[in-house]
Amino acid sequence: MIEVRDVTLEYDTPQGKVRAVERASFSARPSEFVCLIGPSGCGKTTLLNMIAGFFSPSAGEIRSGGAAVSGQGLDRGIVFQDFAQLFPWRTALGNVTFGLEMKGVPKEERERIAREQLRLVKLEKFADSYPHHLSGGMQQRVAIACALAYNPRVLLMDEPFAALDALTRDEMQRLLAEVWRETKKTVIYVTHNVAEAVYLADRVIVMTPHPGRIKAEVPIRLARPRDPLSVEFLEQQKELLRQLTQKEETR
Amino acid sequence: MRALISIVLFAALYEAVAHSGAFAPALVPGLTIIATRLYSMLADGSMASHALATLYRVFAGLGLAAVSGLVLGFLMARLRPVERFFMPLLSAFMPIPSLAWAPVFILWFGLGNVATILIVFYAASFPMVLNTWTGARAVNPLWLRAAGSMGASGPALFWKVVVPGASPFIITGLRLAFQRAWIAVVGAEMLAASDLGLGWVIFDAKEFLNADTMLASLIVIGLIGFVFERLVFGTVEKATVQRWGMVRTAKA
Repeated sequence: MIEVRDVTLEYDTPQGKVRAVERASFSARPSEFVCLIGPSGCGKTTLLNMIAGFFSPSAGEIRSGGAAVSGQGLDRGIVFQDFAQLFPWRTALGNVTFGLEMKGVPKEERERIAREQLRLVKLEKFADSYPHHLSGGMQQRVAIACALAYNPRVLLMDEPFAALDALTRDEMQRLLAEVWRETKKTVIYVTHNVAEAVYLADRVIVMTPHPGRIKAEVPIRLARPRDPLSVEFLEQQKELLRQLTQKEETR
Repeated sequence: MRALISIVLFAALYEAVAHSGAFAPALVPGLTIIATRLYSMLADGSMASHALATLYRVFAGLGLAAVSGLVLGFLMARLRPVERFFMPLLSAFMPIPSLAWAPVFILWFGLGNVATILIVFYAASFPMVLNTWTGARAVNPLWLRAAGSMGASGPALFWKVVVPGASPFIITGLRLAFQRAWIAVVGAEMLAASDLGLGWVIFDAKEFLNADTMLASLIVIGLIGFVFERLVFGTVEKATVQRWGMVRTAKA
């Protein structure tokens, strides 16, 4: 599980200190799907990057599986928005085996696992293709397989489908929901898309910008698999949108 | 195909000039004379031994330049102090033509392979260092993050991510280094070689007014350069960075 406690991130600019994230606290239980949602500049990606260990908070603490996070670790896999995250000089299979190779898993074993992961994202036929021969959606599926292959407990996803066209995005969300059901990973998923959050999340953390703060936590209790056209879904979407657009109440 | 037409037209033009009577045949020999000379030099093995001597010097110099260029380029990209120390030196030495060093190297090392190889090394080093340095800094930071979260660090990160990530620049650097080395070696041999090498043959032939030998050697120099540039480096690019989609290829 992931715990974020009172995390603040400040950085210096010529205009003075800027708070990208202010006293954010939330946690994700094992196998829970948590979405971080908010407009640009709300610090959601910054928060995710700190959980990934790319940099440390100015104050507060992040724990993963009970241990304090200090730097990148194999307990957390990450998928970025940018398709260019795959290594162009490796085939889809080569990309997926990378983490296992770093772990020292023998060749046959890691290829077996990688093929298994590619099957999970329905790309087993493209194992020997280089990334530049794959579409954006396929590349993101390979990236998911990469992040799952070395079996981290937590999957961190930074708007992985935001750069895809709407139809592909819907398909990818369905696929991800399936993969999540099969693998039972804890997922922390950054998005600015309300429908996406309602479709995927067990719980949505709503953030507001300037400074980046957590404003609300909204549990999504709809039964899975979810139907984006059902009345309950649309109700939930409206409710979340209300939370997002509402002006901050005075405390 | 177009290239072939250009070459044939050019050869025909040359042949017309050679037979026009405007120049002495000894100075501007016809193509058949050049071809005969080329054939006899190939047949008695002398052309092969000259070409081998030249190739040896090129690859010794290029090899040294590649190794030191790669090491220095990566170190400069990785370590700020190394970069700060070497950048001004590179800027200062780069504009000096490699051939300008020939008399100095001859004075220090005498005529022969050492001086020639050093001149080639000097010519080939700069594109190698600068391209490696640029390539290492151009490695997509996302690859480094992704690799880091998959547990890569130290030598594994370097060999499996930084080196292939920088490979488009490195291969271009090697290509440029070869071109410069190949140009430098001929000049270097004219000044610093004592009995073998394509450059030396041309220079030596001047003493005996052997224009046919000179031109035959020039053809061989051009051909070898072409073969390496197009076939060797072209093939390496096709098998690596083009196959990986890291450089764009013109599509029909």
